[in-house]
Amino acid sequence: MATMTLQEKILFKLQDVKDPEIASISIVDLGMVHEVKVDGSRVTVSVLPTFVGCPALHIIERDIENAIISIDEVEDVKVDFVYTPQWTSDRISPEGRERLKEFGIAPPPLDHVMGEPWSIECPYCGSPYVTMENIFGPTACRCILYCKSCKNPFEAMKPVLNLD
Amino acid sequence: MNKETMKPEERQALVELLYQLADDDFILSFRGSEWLGLAPHIEEDVAFSSINQDMMGHASMYFRLLEELGEGDSDSIAHLRKPEQFRNAIILEEVNGPGTYLEKPDYDWAFAVVRNYFYAVAKQIRLESLRICSYEPLREAAKKILMEQYYHLMHWELWFKQLVTSTDEAKKRMTDAIQKVWKDFGGVLTLGPYYADIVKANLIEDEALLKKRWMNKMEAVFKEVGLDFPGAPRMERGNGRKGEHTSDLEGALSTLSEVYRANPAAGW
Repeated sequence: MATMTLQEKILFKLQDVKDPEIASISIVDLGMVHEVKVDGSRVTVSVLPTFVGCPALHIIERDIENAIISIDEVEDVKVDFVYTPQWTSDRISPEGRERLKEFGIAPPPLDHVMGEPWSIECPYCGSPYVTMENIFGPTACRCILYCKSCKNPFEAMKPVLNLD
Repeated sequence: MNKETMKPEERQALVELLYQLADDDFILSFRGSEWLGLAPHIEEDVAFSSINQDMMGHASMYFRLLEELGEGDSDSIAHLRKPEQFRNAIILEEVNGPGTYLEKPDYDWAFAVVRNYFYAVAKQIRLESLRICSYEPLREAAKKILMEQYYHLMHWELWFKQLVTSTDEAKKRMTDAIQKVWKDFGGVLTLGPYYADIVKANLIEDEALLKKRWMNKMEAVFKEVGLDFPGAPRMERGNGRKGEHTSDLEGALSTLSEVYRANPAAGW
């Protein structure tokens, strides 16, 4: 840790802040961290909410504050939720895509164009032979599917992309 | 245009528009939330409650923009205003049907589908127009909301087209619901008394143009499913944008705000 800059230490700590509803993935791998600003001992983190009405935002805010304030050099932490740029599901890192699968959630389709059909692979057996049960799911960002190959129900992250 | 440099009439126009956008989403998502556990099947319960959660999020995003403009903090904007200060269209505050959530709810699913579908189409048109809004925070909010709204519109369009081309009973119930919603849906399509200032400030396009787009879309859908297009929707019971409302809004607000009023310091 001694050779790390404060900026690096903060990003390292942020890896411990998980999505409260998907315990295997950090907010960094979800692509939610937009910017970390350091001004002496004051830190401001800009975070992109995945969905506007996500009820986990307050928990995420608290967890970020607790994680960063634990760094010796830091005396003050501020979390800003910003909507520019907009969070999109292609911000999820390759590492994050793997972590989602561990939790039984298929990552959103890559290179998806809104309006086109999706292809999703079962996070358990990798089969593309799946059916969509519900485009909505237990949280705003997820949908419910069923794998016809290994007979498991599973969830997938919805593709959410800019419609420009 | 920004907060510091806008003229008083521009600020007024922006605030009015934000209240309309916020209150439409706020009250319709509340009516939707009353369906929880009562939707036709469990998958619909999941879908509908997810949509309502999104829409409540959209309302709260607009409330935050109002907060930034000095309208008070967003929780009090949501919970402490009087009914006449609300700017939602009357059709969106109407109860789901006879009974209440707690006692003998006899809600009408056809009404829910028709009201939500017509609203989702209008909302889509409004948001697309807001992408060129002169007030950047609203423009950016609209872009974000559009990504979520995409799934809502798809959902309601599917229900609408399926039911209206289904059995005779379904068709009859849907047609009745369309007639009912048509009487007041004009209220959604108006920008209210500050309309001229709203358009002049380049916040959104002309209401006549937005209404025309909605009618064109509806006419095409009606044709596709074999229904007669009834022409322009009316505004029979008054203009919510002027603060005119029914007792249904009062009932909704007293339920919605019960906990907040009991203890405004409670965490949410």
